[in-house]
Amino acid sequence: MSEPARQARDALAILAVLTVAWQGAYEYAGAVAVTPPLGTVAFAAHLLGSARFWEHAAATGLALADAFAIAAVLGVLGGLALGLWRYAADVTEPVLAALYAVPKITLYPVILLLFGLGLPAKVAFGVIHGVIPVTLLTLSAVRGIRPVLLRTARVLRLTPRETMRHVLAPAVLAEIVTGLRLCFSLTLLGVLIGEMFASQRGLGFLIINGINNHDVRMTTAVVLLVVVAAVLANALLLATDRTLHRG
Amino acid sequence: MSGAAAHARLTGVTRVYAGPTHVHALGPLDLDVARGEFLAVVGPSGCGKSTLLDVLAGLAAPSSGEAWFEDRRIAGTVPDGIGVVFQEDASFPWLTVADNVAFGLRRAGLDGAEIRRRVEDALGFMGLGEFARAYPAQLSGGMRQRVCIARTLVLAPRFILLDEPFGALDQQTRLLMGDELLRLWRRTGATVLLITHALDEAAMLADRVGVMSARPGRFIAFVPTGWPRDRDSRVVSAPEFGALTAQLWSHLRPESLRAMGQARA
Repeated sequence: MSEPARQARDALAILAVLTVAWQGAYEYAGAVAVTPPLGTVAFAAHLLGSARFWEHAAATGLALADAFAIAAVLGVLGGLALGLWRYAADVTEPVLAALYAVPKITLYPVILLLFGLGLPAKVAFGVIHGVIPVTLLTLSAVRGIRPVLLRTARVLRLTPRETMRHVLAPAVLAEIVTGLRLCFSLTLLGVLIGEMFASQRGLGFLIINGINNHDVRMTTAVVLLVVVAAVLANALLLATDRTLHRG
Repeated sequence: MSGAAAHARLTGVTRVYAGPTHVHALGPLDLDVARGEFLAVVGPSGCGKSTLLDVLAGLAAPSSGEAWFEDRRIAGTVPDGIGVVFQEDASFPWLTVADNVAFGLRRAGLDGAEIRRRVEDALGFMGLGEFARAYPAQLSGGMRQRVCIARTLVLAPRFILLDEPFGALDQQTRLLMGDELLRLWRRTGATVLLITHALDEAAMLADRVGVMSARPGRFIAFVPTGWPRDRDSRVVSAPEFGALTAQLWSHLRPESLRAMGQARA
């Protein structure tokens, strides 16, 4: 079986298991908690045709794009700088690791007071979720370059520029893409949580609003759409990741 | 003074690591490597064998003395015409075997057809033909070392330096890789310097074996092996082979004991 065929088979298997679990949850808890798969898919399709849904999706998309861009740039540049500056890395790495362990939801009130309701708070919350893993992974990628590869660059008489471009960059790229993949899903998490607690717009708001209004159909359908979008985005990044990690 | 007579030459070379510990790692030592010669260098661990290779390759500058290659002084950069194979796997994991081998040729700006021809030739010679499109992660340690040797070979170096290239491989693979190295040496006519800690490897492969003292490493003996040029790993069963290895060990044993003492102190 070819690699894409195997991946398609795996994806279908996971999909089947999830659908069964979902139907099971419905049988167990009933329509007050979730709506069953078929009805939800139908309603999700209906949602995709409504302008109101797309307004909320666009709000989430904008916040996510901003937060991901900020977290990715800060994380990659920070990680590169720390990786090349050993002393700073030795000091910063444990601090970052400790910060990452802080349950970030407890910081949300502070973020709200700092940025107010709306887009900036959502973006900030997304960034604090996503930035640390990508920083740490970039840092470890730079530190992890095997010295023999740099010696090989010298033996092959590469200029410093060529060494950067043809040895250093590809050596750290794969790790950085792994970092960005983590960064993406954590940033999405942060943005959605932000929308759930203090926002009037976005998919997170739609979910929490559905719960408040006992609109289970809405909640389940939006969750479904978010999950599908996140899984697709992750699959895309994972494919890139695999190509770069080769073998 | 120039290195006219020898292909590569060291005169009065020392290497001292400055700083609080001030380690005198190497020399002063003199060395002439003849053109086309296969020279092996053995020595106790920590004697500066790898430092010697770094100086000859232009990867490290001598603290005093001079290093010459083909009538030019080696100073700070790796001279054109020198190829180095390290003990560690130095293949680029993000490139296929063929792209790894083509790497140096591409940087040198050769045209595509010529690169393809040379890469195919080197892959065939090293028995890597069917792995051209594989990535290093899919290969064994021995195969990856072949990739590194092929990457050096395509550049047609005139002086090949190898730093314990088979140190990480099992005994049988080492014997076979030794044969390949001999084939490569005969075919290219290059000068070869092999750093090794394995006396049998040195005795089997080289025309001449240089024995180094404990740190700071100097040459205490040069032992010619007297093998014919078209030898292979089967020389290990020749009666002279045992005597040769014993002779190397008799030079090396007191130095190894001294090196152990240094390590303990």
